Formats: sequence, C-alpha cells, structure tokens
Amino acid sequence: MKALIDWVQGIGSDTLHRLSALGRAGLILAQALIARPTPAQSFPLLIRQLYFVGVLSLIIIVVSGLFIGMVLGLQGYTILVDYGSEQAVGQMVALSLVRELAPVVTALLFAGRAGSALTAEIGLMKATEQLSSMEMIGVDPLRRIIAPRFWAGFISLPILAMIFSAVGIWGGMLVGVDWLGIYEGSFWANMQNSVDFFDDVVNGLIKAQVFGLVVTWIAVYQGYDSVPTSEGISQATTKTVVYSSLAVLGVDFILTALMFGDL
Amino acid sequence: MDFFDDTIIDIQQLTFSRGERVIYNNVDIKIPRGKITAIMGPSGTGKTTLLKLIGGQIKPDSGSILLDGDDIPRLGRKQLFNVREKMGMLFQSGALFTDMTVFENVAFPIRIHTDLPDDMIRDVVLMKLQAVGLRGASRLMPSELSGGMARRVALARAIALDPQLVMYDEPFTGQDPIAMGVLVNLIKRLNNALGHTSIIVSHDIQETLGIADYIYLIADSKVIAQGTPEELKHVVSSQVRQFMEGLPDGPVPFHFPADDYYTDLMKGHG
Repeated sequence: MKALIDWVQGIGSDTLHRLSALGRAGLILAQALIARPTPAQSFPLLIRQLYFVGVLSLIIIVVSGLFIGMVLGLQGYTILVDYGSEQAVGQMVALSLVRELAPVVTALLFAGRAGSALTAEIGLMKATEQLSSMEMIGVDPLRRIIAPRFWAGFISLPILAMIFSAVGIWGGMLVGVDWLGIYEGSFWANMQNSVDFFDDVVNGLIKAQVFGLVVTWIAVYQGYDSVPTSEGISQATTKTVVYSSLAVLGVDFILTALMFGDL
Repeated sequence: MDFFDDTIIDIQQLTFSRGERVIYNNVDIKIPRGKITAIMGPSGTGKTTLLKLIGGQIKPDSGSILLDGDDIPRLGRKQLFNVREKMGMLFQSGALFTDMTVFENVAFPIRIHTDLPDDMIRDVVLMKLQAVGLRGASRLMPSELSGGMARRVALARAIALDPQLVMYDEPFTGQDPIAMGVLVNLIKRLNNALGHTSIIVSHDIQETLGIADYIYLIADSKVIAQGTPEELKHVVSSQVRQFMEGLPDGPVPFHFPADDYYTDLMKGHG
C-alpha cells in the first residue's frame, strides 16, 4: 500500500516539477523577448550569434544534405526502376526533402551542433558568475545573452533547412541524372509539376520555423536553468540534445497531421 | 566618532532561508558610509548570500534592505537595475566576460550606462586599469591572466562607474601572498582615494582585520559579534575566540554530527 502511495506521490511531484520548469522556461523567454527594441545595441550581438549559430552550422548541413539527397536518389531509383517510372526520382527526392527530411534532419543536426553549444556556453557563463556580474553591472542577462542567441537560432534554422533542401536535390540529381542516367528533362519537369509552392515549400518552412523555436528555446532554457557545476552543465547539454530531438520528432508528427492529414 | 551617524545600508530584521535551512534569522546590519566594513564568519554561513541580497539578486523572506532609502527587495526590475549603477561587485572568481579583452571588460559598464564618446571611454578605462596596475594588460584576454590579475581587472571593472558601494566577495581566497598583499593594499587605497563604501566578505582574518573599519561576525544565522577590529580582539565569547584565533575545535565542532564512534565501527562486524 505504501509503495502505491509513494508511486502516486512520485507521479504528482514529478508532474508539478515539470510544470514549474515549463513555466520558468516560458517566463525566461517572455522576459528575454518582450522589451523595447534597442537595435543599436542588439543588432551587433545578433549578427555575432548568427555567425556562431548559423554560419558555423553550414558545413554539417551542406554535407548531410548532399549525402541524404544522394541516398534518396539511389533508393528511389532502385524502387522506381522496377515500375519503369524512374523519371519520378526528381519528384520523390524533392518532396521528401522539402516536406519532411530537410526541416527534421536540419533541426536534429542543429540541436546537436548549435543547441548543445548554446547550453554549454550559457551554463558555463552561469557557473563562472558572468551572468551574475552582468546583472550587478545593471544589464539584464536575459536581454543581453539569451535574446540574441534565441533569435539567431530562430532565424537560422529555416534558412539552413532551405539550404539543406537545395543541396539535397542537387545530390539526388548527381546520382539520378549524372550517374544512373535518368533523362534530365523529365527529372526536373516531374519535380516542377508536383512540388507546390504553398503546400510543400511553405509548409516545410513553417515546420523549420517551429523547430527553430523549439530547439533554441530548449537550448537557452537548459543553459540558463542549469546547475552551475561541471556535472550540472554536462547534464543540461545532454538534456538539450535529447529533449530537442524528441520534441522535434513529436512536433513534426503533429504538424504533418495538421498540414497533410486531410489528403 | 560614531560610525553610524551616516549609514549607506540599513538592513532591518532580515530573514532568509533556503529550503528548510535558515540562513539569516532576524538580522540587523548597518553599513557606515565611506568605510570598509567586513562581514566575516565560517564558510557556509551565507556571507555571499548577504551580498546577493544587497544586490537584489535574491529576495529575503522578510525584512528590509535600505540603500539610501530605497528598499531593495521591493524595487521593480527596472528600478533595481538603476540602483545597481550605484554598486560595484567583485565576484570571487572575478567573473570577467571571457569573450572580451581586459579593456572591453572594464569598458562594458561604461558603454552600457553612459553615452561617452569612445576616446573618453578609452581614457577612463586606462585610468581604472592604471589604478590596479594593469594598464599594460589591456589587450589580453581573461584566459591569459593569472587569478590575481583577473581579480584586479574585475576590481577595475567594479569601480568603472565610480559606484558609491563596492562589494568584495572573498577577495583574498586562493591568492598567493604577493597577490594578496596587492589586493589588500588596493582595496584600502581605492576606498580612501575614491571615497566609496566597501563591504568585504571574507574569512581571511589577518588581512581583513588589517583594513576593516568595522566588522560583523556571522554564525548560526545571526550576528554573533560586531565592532572595530580592536573591540573584537577583546570579545570573550568562546565562539568568537574560536573563529578569530582559528582554533580547530570549540563551539563549532570539528566533527560533523554522527553516531557514536564505537557503535559505528562495530556495525561493520555483524
């Protein structure tokens, strides 16, 4: 009986704990973002973070996009060639990338490459009292540290996803057209006929935008809320990657159901 | 002369607890203006917490902390950031911003709070760095500094805006004797030259006694003794004597509370 009560109590306290964490995360984001804009101060900070978060993620995104596009082209060809419809490889590669793979894989890679770095950086700033000293100087670390990092992630992710798609389609073409010899005209024509700007491209970008919000929010929150010890920071970094990956996959299903579910 | 004719900080009936643990229980502390006041006591008594309370980084359960009449725990976020312009704080680790040079670290508060032109900021920063003897290090990054140098840079940053109140969190901990001597001297000299008020949190007795004008001794969530260094030397309370003379055992026991030694040892033998 006691074990049962303990179990129920455990669920209750765990839920409360999670809810309060969610509340704190919301407050942190609200306090960081809701402010009178001060472009002269915040713009240089944003540019700097865009470089660290976005530009430095380019290599991993381009390389992964290229290989995923090439694999899609190869897999698509081997399946479609049995039905004599290998011209549809272009359409298949483009649709799977634009709708699904580009936003999701970009977000997963982004969580591992940039999200973890953001968490570790903010956590270490906390551990070395840099956030406290900023507060004592009279600067709100939420505005100065959290806000530019959040915006940088939010802005970068859709752009990275677009680049991922473009490179992936090029990779699919390398394999399909240049290597396996699909007729180039039908490769591109099929793609142009089937990919709809609003249904596919815009919906994919909306996904990437939502993932940008989720991943960067988790990353800055985990860093800001981390226990300022080496163990605490390592845990926070792990949580960033695990939580954002799970959140991306879960949110992706919901968004896909909303966007394409009525087909 | 009475120290308390002119106080900059007046803490009244301050109570603060962390979870179950009471850190301060109904404590009154006054900080005289223009003097060096030391807050001393064994580790873990919440001395640093007191500085954070004064800085408004944490809020007490009850009681007031008046800085020139402003009750810090009751200030709004914006007012609090304004009041903090009057304070400078030297953190234990220095807490320099690791992505900025020494120069930029010291310039940071000036850039934030003033509209001074760049050449004037440069002059002010170089003057502050000159005061702590590190003008030559202005281009270095914090990672290139020794611990003592980092603390001096942090001191230059803390006084960059000529605050009325400078708080030092364990300024002497982990410093070699030379760096320690330099810091002791600097704190005293700057206090006299700039006329601000200093609060030093420390458990380095000799160094602190040497420069403090007034001392609060904190233990068991309250002030157990206060007075000038001379007065404290003559307090007879065994608790005060233990701390001031660094005796290993006394009212603060050497042993952490435990079961009877013999019974504990025998437990392992069935």
